This record gives sequence, C-alpha cells and structure tokens, in this order.
Amino acid sequence: MKISKSPWLLHYDASSCNGCDIEVLAATTPVYDIERFGIINTGNPKHADILVITGGVNAQNATVVKQIYSQMPDPKVVVAAGICACDGGIFKDCYNILGGTDTVIPVDVYVPGCAVRPEALIDGISKAIAMLDEKKQAAIEHASCQIHYEDKED
Amino acid sequence: MATRSVVPFGPQHPVLPEPIHIDLVLEDEKVIEAIPSIGFIHRGLEKLVEKKDFQEMVYVAERICGICSFGHGYGYVDAIEHIMSIEVPERAKYLRMILFELSRLHSHLLWLGLLADAFGFESLFMDTWRIREGILDMFEESTGGRVIFSINKVGGVRRDIPDEMLKRFVKKLDEIESEVGVAARAFLEDSAVKTRLCGIGKLTAREAEELGCCGPMLRASGIRRDTRKLGYLAYDDIDFDIIASDVGDSYARTEVRLGEIFQSIDIIRQAVSKLPGGETEAPVKGFPDGEYMTRIEQPRGEACYYVKANGKKFIQRMRVRTPTFANIPALTKILQGCDMADVPIMVVTIDPCISCTER
Repeated sequence: MKISKSPWLLHYDASSCNGCDIEVLAATTPVYDIERFGIINTGNPKHADILVITGGVNAQNATVVKQIYSQMPDPKVVVAAGICACDGGIFKDCYNILGGTDTVIPVDVYVPGCAVRPEALIDGISKAIAMLDEKKQAAIEHASCQIHYEDKED
Repeated sequence: MATRSVVPFGPQHPVLPEPIHIDLVLEDEKVIEAIPSIGFIHRGLEKLVEKKDFQEMVYVAERICGICSFGHGYGYVDAIEHIMSIEVPERAKYLRMILFELSRLHSHLLWLGLLADAFGFESLFMDTWRIREGILDMFEESTGGRVIFSINKVGGVRRDIPDEMLKRFVKKLDEIESEVGVAARAFLEDSAVKTRLCGIGKLTAREAEELGCCGPMLRASGIRRDTRKLGYLAYDDIDFDIIASDVGDSYARTEVRLGEIFQSIDIIRQAVSKLPGGETEAPVKGFPDGEYMTRIEQPRGEACYYVKANGKKFIQRMRVRTPTFANIPALTKILQGCDMADVPIMVVTIDPCISCTER
C-alpha cells in the first residue's frame, strides 16, 4: 500500500509573520482544497507524514522544531514553506534568527515566496508526496537487505 | 482538596495556528491559573532599522504580521509622513482606507473560521474561508499580492486602483455580504454553537478597562472606544457607529466582530461613492528628522507606532505596540476558573496574533 495515497500534514509556525501560515491553511480550504490528495491537516506529530515549516528558526523554537521532527514516524518529509523557512528571508539579519529550517532539521522540498502562494505550496507538497514513496521503498529494501545479511550469518 | 496538576498548552497545539505556550494549573477539570510564556516567534525586527533605510523599512513593517499587514505598513508610513510633513493626496487617503477595511474584512472572516474550527464545526470553518477568498481575489487584482501586498509607500500608494474596478468590488461585496449573513446565522443562532460560546470567558467592563484591553475585546465588554473615531485617513468623512455589546462573553465578541464585517462593507461603499480624483502620491525629499507616534485601529484593536529619526538615511528607533499584547492580561484573567475544554475557545476569542506580539 502506497503511503502517498493518504499522507497527513502537520504545520508548525517557526517564526513566520503569519502570511505563510494563513496560506498553508488556505491551501486546505475549498478553493485550493489540498484534501483532494488525501491530505488531512492534523495537529498531532505522531499521525503526520509531511511536516510543513513556515518562518525561520529562532533560538527559542529550535528545540521545538527538532522535537516535533523526532516525534514523527518514519518515513517523513519536510517542506520549508516561504522564503523565511528556506533561508531566513527578510529577517535573515535579525539578531534572533538562526537561519532557515535546514539549520536544525533536514529539509526535502523548498518552496520560496513571500508569502508562499497556495499553488506553489501544492506543487511543493505533491513533490514531497513522491519522495515519501521513495523513502518508504528505500526503507523496505534496506530492511530486506539486512534480513538477507542476517540469514547468511546464521 | 483536589490535587493540582500542570498541563502545558502549546506551543504546538491543534487549535493554534501560531505558537504560544500557556501553563494551565488545574484542579480536577477547572483551570486555577494560567501562566503564559511567549517568545517563540520573536525575530527582533525593530532592530532592523539599523540595517534597512527608512524606505526599505516599509517592507519590514508590513511583515510584522501577515494578517494585519496593510495596517502595520500604514502605521509606520504615517509616522514617517508626519515627521517629514508630507501632505498625502486625498485619493491616496481614500484608497488606503478602502484597503484597510478590506483587510479588516479578511482578518475577521479568518478569525470566524478559526473560531468555528476551535469548537469543532469543520464545515463552517471551510465556508467562512471560502467567502474570505473573494476578498483575497480583490487584493490580488488591485495590488498584485494575496496577503502581503506592499502597496503603501512613504508619500502615498504605489499604484492607483481604477474607479471601475472599485465599483466592481462593491458589487462583489454585496454578494459577500449576503453570504456572510448566512454564515452569521450559524454563528449566532445555532443552539450547539451557542452552548460553546454563551457565558464562556466573561469579562466585565471594569476588568476590561483595568487590564488595558483594546479592540473588539474591549467593545464586547461594553466600552465604546474605537481609534478610527480619531479621524485619521478619511474616517472623518464616513458615517459609522461604534459596534459594542454589554455582555462581555465569547458570544458577544463573535457578535461584535460579525457586526464589524457588515460595518466595513458599509464603509467601503461610502468611501467608493465619495472617492476623489487626482494624484495618488506626493514627492518625498530628504530624510526624516524628529519623532512621532501614530495610533490606528487594527482589526484586533489599537496599535501604536513610534518612530524616531535624526535626519539620516537610517531611522534611530521604531517601536510597535500591538493589540494582542494588550489583550494577553485579559486572557489570563478569563482563563481563571474556566473548564479545561473551554481553553481553546477562549484563546481564540481574543483573536491572538502572536507574530504581532513578539515581532
């Protein structure tokens, strides 16, 4: 069963100005309707497959972002939505901004824009969904290799 | 005596689009005390005045918050214009006022959706956000952006909006008004919704005044105070009443914001019918020298912008006091003694905008 048939989405606002947050939410509502891909906006990291981060990471929420990422089950993908999540954007020079999302967790898809447009976000998320399948396939192959290896040892 | 326990609420929580952390001290199911801690979205953008010149700072000011972006841009620009004694053309004032009220419409519709989501009425959330897309289409058509549109600049507006387009918008607003009317019935008359809102999070007029509330939160508690009545932009030419309620609970706050949606549509209608012609921007010469404080009415309440400059390219200080910051003390007050299950509703009814608060 492919995980891409129904990936669940978790959104966390790292230090965004809200512009990207409301566009992420707008992407789930009837005009853009991301739910047609089987995506549900969940609030629980343990149910989520796609993590959408908006805004650059700052000193206080770096641990929160790391925690949310570690609570998500494998395979998982991270989408950095908006230019601030990609590299800090207009707030890059602020004293409290460490940088983009990739300063604390690995990012799979970068979606630039200020604020990110729902169309661009949907494009980014559909790329992320394809990656989810690849990651799952790789994990299965890796696991079967290991079983094979262990069999040989016996 | 029941044992006390502490339940953390946030920073990542299903009902919160933005992170705020509240420690809830519980006795059984009752909240005894709520201790908020903020700082998850603090960027320190006020200090960017040292790196961006006074014209570039408009873009930074607009990104204080993506929901009330237009207002933040206007507040900053207005302070600079006063320091530099720039006379903004009448047409630009009217265009700014129209865009300001459209922003208020989009912000209140967004809030109504989040409220519906907080009490678990998913289809109502979807419906209000569908209506809101109509307003965003207007922004996109007239300014080019959906949420952050950078139309303000020192001295006026960046582009003119043609009269025909505005007339078309007014026609579209008639449709939006009737659609909001249908949604308003669900918010105000549905018995299930009423049980989640009536009597929840009561704040008396005296408490609201003492805790320094502002905006719809203050007006829903019976104090009629609206910064728009100061008559900045062209609000002096517009006929409107302050919408208030004397009850002070979550239901009253919903009622006030719904009333303001219809009021904003009315203000836009009046503004379009009175719109003067002429220039949309005034020339800007030299650099600002002096200080000024602007007060404006954002969708969430009164916001203040302080700017100090000394005749150089970079201004010395910018300070913003945002409405949510003023409403957080009231939030901790109404959370005391409420049920644990009502906490999300109350956090949403102050209409929190954390990225404004922390900047």
